[in-house]
Amino acid sequence: MIGGFGGAGVPNELIDALVNQPVKDLVIITNNAGSGETGIAALLKTRRVRKIICSYPRMPDSHHFETLYRAGQIELELVPQGNLGERMRAYGAGLGGYYAQTSYGTLLAEGKETRQIDGKWYVFETPLGADFALIGGYKADRLGNVIYRKAARNFGPVMAMAAKTTIVQVPEIVPVGALDPETIVTPGIFVKYVVQVGKEM
Amino acid sequence: MSVPLRPISRQELAKKIAHRIPEGSYVNLGIGMPTQIGNYLPENAEIMLHSENGILGMGPAPPEGKEDWDLINAGKQAVTLLPGGAFFSQTDSFAMMRGGHLDICVLGGFQVSQTGDLASWHTGEHGAIPAVGGAMDLAVGAKKTFVMMEHLTKNGTSKLVEQCSYPLTGLACVAMVFTDLGIFEITPAGFMVIELFNDMSIDEVQAVTAAPLSLL
Repeated sequence: MIGGFGGAGVPNELIDALVNQPVKDLVIITNNAGSGETGIAALLKTRRVRKIICSYPRMPDSHHFETLYRAGQIELELVPQGNLGERMRAYGAGLGGYYAQTSYGTLLAEGKETRQIDGKWYVFETPLGADFALIGGYKADRLGNVIYRKAARNFGPVMAMAAKTTIVQVPEIVPVGALDPETIVTPGIFVKYVVQVGKEM
Repeated sequence: MSVPLRPISRQELAKKIAHRIPEGSYVNLGIGMPTQIGNYLPENAEIMLHSENGILGMGPAPPEGKEDWDLINAGKQAVTLLPGGAFFSQTDSFAMMRGGHLDICVLGGFQVSQTGDLASWHTGEHGAIPAVGGAMDLAVGAKKTFVMMEHLTKNGTSKLVEQCSYPLTGLACVAMVFTDLGIFEITPAGFMVIELFNDMSIDEVQAVTAAPLSLL
């Protein structure tokens, strides 16, 4: 799992580190399929991603994804964005899935179990977890407590709970006790590693 | 085409939709054309704009050079936050959408059927890259779904149809359609004309529309 929406909250340095690892056959779960030459686009360019699970792969300048997709060299699982997040939440919360109205009667519900509840039709969705989550935060402490900045929060909190190993990059690691407990967004229990990157924002 | 249609501009259409959004509403404006509606909301009216990536109380674009790329809308453009605005996670944001908490969403569309089905995410063409984002969640989640689109495709084909030929975004989810020719409500009897622009007659608009239109 790789956090971020558009460019906000994308853990670019962690992705660069992944690009520099000799791993292949990756499945990436993320909202967009990258654009330009950096971040997820750079990872796709290595051709080590077998499959991408996302809601919105089409962005201006997402040409690395487009090239691979048109050549049949990457598998795409398109998930409505509400299900993308909620399936992660289900995994992180230990649920076996849930029913949602989203996508009922559309191509994206084909082959899925449906059920009528109180007169409305719902589609069954399964949990979605990952081995690793890479997330961009704003400040974190040694225990893994994290706060985010503005709309860069997006997928951070839910991905943190849906991966076996969650790694958060922040521009600043602060001492334990320095974050206001009333405002901690991701509690440290969901986070395995914090990495300080770059300079202060 | 021989019919002398008199469409209004996108800006005029955005203004017409803006004036149908009541004060106090929580509103999501979709990517593309609907985003412009934000420029025409009545001044001083308390209308809270929602952005699916986790913002309520979204304000207009900042002046050039003042962009903060941690503060973007669903279309990945820089925006601002109004006093009283809030940030939250993607799952909270989609709970607002899917849980029926938003009063109105305005989406773009390829086709709307007379029963209120919406097709907006995929043309089904070979080689086209499908992208759905939050459209399926908004279409069925908001209390009222408005669609803003041109009445005709570039080839002059009606986007108001009896049955959608493109893959669906949602079934029977559209309340009203706003096109450059008029405003249409989805009723059990199909498309009902609320307003036709520039004094066009129902016959003129019906002639280019692939589903029956009715008057109040």
